[in-house]
Amino acid sequence: MSFETLKTHAADEVLDTDDIDVDDPEKGRLVPVVEFRNVDLAFDDQVILSDVSFSLGRGETRFVLGGSGTGKSTVIKLVLGLIKPDAGQVLVEGEDITEFDDVELARIRKKIGMVFQEGALFDSLSVYDNVAYRLHEARVPEDEVEHEVVRMLQFVGLEDAIDKMPIELSGGMRRRVGIARALVGNPTIVLFDEPTAGLDPPTARTICELAIKLRDIEDVSSIFVTHEMNNLEYIGSEYAVLDREGNVHYEVAGKTLCLLNTKVMMMLKGDIWFTGREEELRASEDSYIRKFIRGK
Amino acid sequence: MNPITRFLFELQEVTNLLWRAIKGLRKKPRYFHEIVNQMDQIGVGSVVIVVLTGFFTGGVLVLQTFPTLEYYGAQSNIGQGIAASLIRELGPVLAALMVAGRVGSAISAELGSMVVSQQIEAMRALGTSPVRKLVTPRLLALLITLPLLTIAADIAGLVGGGVVAKQLYGMDVNLYISSVRTGTNINDILAGVVKPIVFGGIIGLVSCQKGLSTSGGTVGVGASTTQAVVSSSITIIIADFFLSKILQSALSSTLF
Repeated sequence: MSFETLKTHAADEVLDTDDIDVDDPEKGRLVPVVEFRNVDLAFDDQVILSDVSFSLGRGETRFVLGGSGTGKSTVIKLVLGLIKPDAGQVLVEGEDITEFDDVELARIRKKIGMVFQEGALFDSLSVYDNVAYRLHEARVPEDEVEHEVVRMLQFVGLEDAIDKMPIELSGGMRRRVGIARALVGNPTIVLFDEPTAGLDPPTARTICELAIKLRDIEDVSSIFVTHEMNNLEYIGSEYAVLDREGNVHYEVAGKTLCLLNTKVMMMLKGDIWFTGREEELRASEDSYIRKFIRGK
Repeated sequence: MNPITRFLFELQEVTNLLWRAIKGLRKKPRYFHEIVNQMDQIGVGSVVIVVLTGFFTGGVLVLQTFPTLEYYGAQSNIGQGIAASLIRELGPVLAALMVAGRVGSAISAELGSMVVSQQIEAMRALGTSPVRKLVTPRLLALLITLPLLTIAADIAGLVGGGVVAKQLYGMDVNLYISSVRTGTNINDILAGVVKPIVFGGIIGLVSCQKGLSTSGGTVGVGASTTQAVVSSSITIIIADFFLSKILQSALSSTLF
């Protein structure tokens, strides 16, 4: 597939959603939770994103793959409004956030949870206070805060670490606390910025399981920036189900079930090089993609 | 970037930060707890070094000037000279320099490490303004505590001078106290309180701005800490000259 065809493929996905009523519960699901429309961004002479358009549906996980410096993390920062595009629009739940001021951005950011590469926990605060940060800022009563913090730490399997300081945690635990902190307030969108970089395979697998659980059980939409192919293998081919006791099980999609709620987007030099499902990516004959997957 | 452009750019950044810090005060949440916490760390934490600096500066002033005054038979006026130089100049400047070294470096290093470990971005992502949460409380704490620390340094300096005058030169304590009182007027005290307010603002803004603009990992944290101390110290000394001139004209024309 040529570069131009790949780009057209990516652009075709953008729906015309201006006429859809976001508040209508049925049609509201059709509105992409995140949408990029012809976004351009450059720092000085260096082009970071060039005419990027894509949309993230409700309950969908979108992988953003690519080598270092291809603009992957920038996508996430644009969604949060941490940086503004030079041209184009970024829409979150149908609202164009491009021209929003700090007050309006704070409202949008309440809907979004962000998981940073190294966890980015506040060193001066305990695990409890880190997870409770958003609730403390919103002056929520302490008993409600405690209940929510314990619930979130149980979700990431770290309820025993509640009184520890970030310095006492291992790399994997820090990231899980980072996930718990991002999930407080039940955000509808969770952004992962290379959450498994530098982790051992079992810990990386735990992080991926949390992402699967969020997608399949909590109906959360997410953008998952990574350059690790095993993340894609787990999240792109497995799904989570609850048994009668409420325990979570992970099953492989295989031939009987096809995961339509996970898509892959590969970035190269600020452009979207490929958009599609995991199997399509693996079957691609494109030399850059093959090199990325196999390392040569 | 040439030095003038760079200076103007830094000035623009600091002014912008000041404006945002002031705006941060107008809206809730105001983080009173954080302000008190910072006043404790910045103010109470600096009392010992500021008092020690003041005490020995007062002492050395008497040590050096007493023999000269004695030569002219004017040793009974020693308190006036010490009071004027300490309250007008040395107290505010030395207290500010000590606080710039101790607190300015700490602020810049703390904010710088928060930048490189993405904690500032995390804070913004969690819907909190880092300026309101981190800069405004530190700036306010400095504006409130530096004048108080300066007063502590002044008093310690006068005491230090008195101790040296009594112990080394056998001067009568009452004579020393009365000459200090003769040499102190309301203008000196006002100037001595206005200056540290400005110096507190300089330390807070320069250190926060240097910390928040840190880049280049842990090496960058070291660089911004050094820059914070150097820039705020030099700015304090330059500002002191102009402030002295302005206060001299303003106070002499309005009050006396």
